Amino acid sequence: MQLAYENTQTSALGKFFKLSLPYILLIVLLAFLGTMTLYSAANGSWNPWALKHIIRFGISFGVMIFLALISSRTYYKYAYVFYGLSLLLLVAVEIGGHVGMGAQRWIDLGFFKVQPSELMKIGLVLCLARYFDSATIHGIKSNRGLVIPVIMAMLPVALIVIQPDLGTGLMLLFTTGILLFAVGVQWWKFGTVAAVISAALPLIWNFLHEYQQNRILTFLNPERDPLGAGYHIIQSKIAFGSGGVVGKGFLHGTQTHLNFLPEKHTDFIFTMFSEEFGLIGSLCLVMLNLALIAIGYIFVARTKNYFAKLVIIGLNTNYFLYVFINISMVTGLMPVVGVPLPLISYGGTVMFSIMASFGIILCMYINGNQQNPDRF
Amino acid sequence: MSNNEKNRILASRLLIIIGFNLLAFIMIIARLYYLQVYQSDKYKVMSDENRISTRFLVPPRGVIYDRNGEIIAGNEQDFQALLIAEQTQDVRQTLDNFKKIVEISDGEENKILEDIRRHRRFIPVKLKNNLRWDDVSRVMLNAPNLPGVEIDEGLSRYYPYADIYAHVLGYVGPVAEGEKKNNPLYLVPGYKIGKSGLEKYYDERLQGVSGTVKLEVNAYGRIMKEIERDAGKEGKSLTISIDSRLQKQAYEAFGEQSGAAVVLNVKTGEILALVSTPSFDPNLFTNGISYKHWDMLLNNERTPLINKAVSGQYSPGSTFKVVVALAALESGIIDEHTRYYCSGGLDIGNTRFHCWKHAGHGSLNVVEALKYSCDIFFYETAMRVGIDRIHDMAVKLGLGEPLNIGLDNEKGGNIPTQNWKKNKYGVAWSKGDDANSGIGQGYVLVTPLQLVTMLSRVVNGGYAIKPTFVKADGNTLQNVKKLNISTKNIEIIKRGMFEVVNGAGGTAGRAKFNVDGAKMGGKTGTTQVRRISMKERASGIIRDENLPWRLRNHALFIGFTPIDNPQYAVAVVVEHGSSGSGVAAPIAGKILQTALALDIK
Repeated sequence: MQLAYENTQTSALGKFFKLSLPYILLIVLLAFLGTMTLYSAANGSWNPWALKHIIRFGISFGVMIFLALISSRTYYKYAYVFYGLSLLLLVAVEIGGHVGMGAQRWIDLGFFKVQPSELMKIGLVLCLARYFDSATIHGIKSNRGLVIPVIMAMLPVALIVIQPDLGTGLMLLFTTGILLFAVGVQWWKFGTVAAVISAALPLIWNFLHEYQQNRILTFLNPERDPLGAGYHIIQSKIAFGSGGVVGKGFLHGTQTHLNFLPEKHTDFIFTMFSEEFGLIGSLCLVMLNLALIAIGYIFVARTKNYFAKLVIIGLNTNYFLYVFINISMVTGLMPVVGVPLPLISYGGTVMFSIMASFGIILCMYINGNQQNPDRF
Repeated sequence: MSNNEKNRILASRLLIIIGFNLLAFIMIIARLYYLQVYQSDKYKVMSDENRISTRFLVPPRGVIYDRNGEIIAGNEQDFQALLIAEQTQDVRQTLDNFKKIVEISDGEENKILEDIRRHRRFIPVKLKNNLRWDDVSRVMLNAPNLPGVEIDEGLSRYYPYADIYAHVLGYVGPVAEGEKKNNPLYLVPGYKIGKSGLEKYYDERLQGVSGTVKLEVNAYGRIMKEIERDAGKEGKSLTISIDSRLQKQAYEAFGEQSGAAVVLNVKTGEILALVSTPSFDPNLFTNGISYKHWDMLLNNERTPLINKAVSGQYSPGSTFKVVVALAALESGIIDEHTRYYCSGGLDIGNTRFHCWKHAGHGSLNVVEALKYSCDIFFYETAMRVGIDRIHDMAVKLGLGEPLNIGLDNEKGGNIPTQNWKKNKYGVAWSKGDDANSGIGQGYVLVTPLQLVTMLSRVVNGGYAIKPTFVKADGNTLQNVKKLNISTKNIEIIKRGMFEVVNGAGGTAGRAKFNVDGAKMGGKTGTTQVRRISMKERASGIIRDENLPWRLRNHALFIGFTPIDNPQYAVAVVVEHGSSGSGVAAPIAGKILQTALALDIK
């Protein structure tokens, strides 16, 4: 207790030296690989993607360090406020958001676009972590105790799904599920929900937009529309397969450089990387991500604070979902749902939000052993 | 207490979550292994199919030469102007500038604009093909005003003799839907194949083997670079037996007349000339014939599209008397001394058969009967020999079946037998049928090619030569099958044919010639196209000149030269030419004189 109290007084510099170096190095390494791949995607040019990518990374790296060094109390204190603000922004985009790519997802703040759904990925984790931090084990195991967290999750999920952004909606649902599981909600409840969802699938099908239905149909059979919706996934698989074990070499991916592969700089960047570097390259990239996630779980194990543990599990799951969904969809294991590969794919919004979440994870880790009466 | 409980649960659940994440990563790794190792070969092929576009290089078509090595079907450099839309700021302006140099019709202009709209902007669109050299030089001179315009060189088939050779060579044209076989060249736009004549018969040889060029293309079809090139093989050339000088002369000898002539070397069977008139210009087909022109060819009553030399089936008329006389002599029914009396008419059953000479020829033997072309003599002869023996002789001499020289729609004619009539009409053969067949009318039909083959087999001493376009090595009858016909009887027939041209009062006296001692022998034929009724016969037959063209008699002549050791034979048919002696024989005479003068070896 005494030790914990002293820790709250630790200076910013002191905290800086407690930051996990392997974790940060992995992040930098992944961002470097992303920059390199974007350089190749532009046929060996820093423009238009690679340079901007590295600048964005630099800025968001600063954001990450900042978020890691500020008082961990802030997150606990403002968890509900942050959640509420994110929810308000979601409502705002629903009412008057910017229309782009056939789906309303951004709110235009003039010089950059905010994607409230990205904020919500952090907001919901903080919110649920705080809720369960104060809940009793009895409350968690009761049915009544689940009503509030489920509402907390379902409100943003509903708003995001009607945007429509099915991918992000499902990611939020999944993260919520993991958190509910982590805090000890009974197995049978998950089983029941799974059974109900299976039974309701035909009904859900009818609520999906036509393009979402098409994505799923095309996922099940890409040959159904080889020049249309199935084109992406067929070309992506060709790129993976033709890359073979050793790849076609940096700057020599024919599928990408001859433009057979669409969206090579965003959603399909892993495809491009794997075509040029082969199985050796793709496995390296997967292992780096696995290492990053593994370190996240080590943080959880080495953290005493319950709130901190839950925040790290939630944000780590969020990162895991990005990686897993992106790779699954470009390799044809999952329908194409428009989820980028963080740190590698070009795009500002995800870069900022994922770096922010790394910052929060680090903050939770370095402050997570304090267990004063305020829990921080 | 409660917190410890929560932490304990979380710790155990965390292990499951980590396990779940590991499982997901194992799944991803397995998938990557599946795609990049297990299925790699399949996707490598698909990747190459994506990026490599194989284009076929059209090999130059084999050249066709005549027997003297002159090109009669060649390839001509062909220029076309192309427009690449992305290389010009203003397609409209470029097109307007181009129109000032080369004429473009409104229809063509619309097609060009349509093509530009439909294709990606780096794909060349055809502006105009078949450019003349002066057009090409003007386009090049004006290049600064014509951004995006390119001149493309190609080869197109060219027939220097145009209509003269049309029925022998045929023509080439685009591949039709039903003809798309395995040959990948057939899918190349604008590829031409032989559509008729020798171009069709020897198509495979003339086509050659396609070359390929492998290009790397991007997803939009733009060519990035050439990967590999295989030039293919040029089509093999072909030398045929025809002598262009004789061919040209034979064609021109017909003037405006509609008909056909075939000249053979009687010892080798080489076809030295084969013409059918009127004809058409095969060059018009190479680049697509206009509808108007096609319609004109199709509706011309003189049928320029039909090769009358092999597809025209005619009653041989009196030229068939050669066959009847030889059948009679060979069967021993008559000999050179046998005489029949011609009074101008003969009653067979209830029908009266007339000689062309109403006053009658009096008594004549076979040589005289050939010379004057007496009908009565051959009625008498044919009735005694019978159609079946005439048939056997005719078939021996090459009539009744196609000779298969390689041209389209070659017809077999018709040589009847008693059974043939019974099977076909259910009516028994009659004496009248014998008589009619005896003068080459009735059911007997032949093609000009068959006629000249028949004559050649007679005058070469009974050797079964086969007409062919293949140029022979020597000029002898050594390897030719000898028919079982006595030389003595052949000499009798030849004497008759000599008299036809050279004897006083012979039917083809007007056509006789003497080129360094070489004279012509032959036989005329004039065949009715219409039936002459009893009423008309009574009131006087309408003179042929007063009939409409299509009702006039066909004029035929078969001739050979020299008399001793014959070298050349010709058959001439002039459709509705009225008179074998007056029209067909002079044409044959001119052709044979030319052959002699050229001394075709």
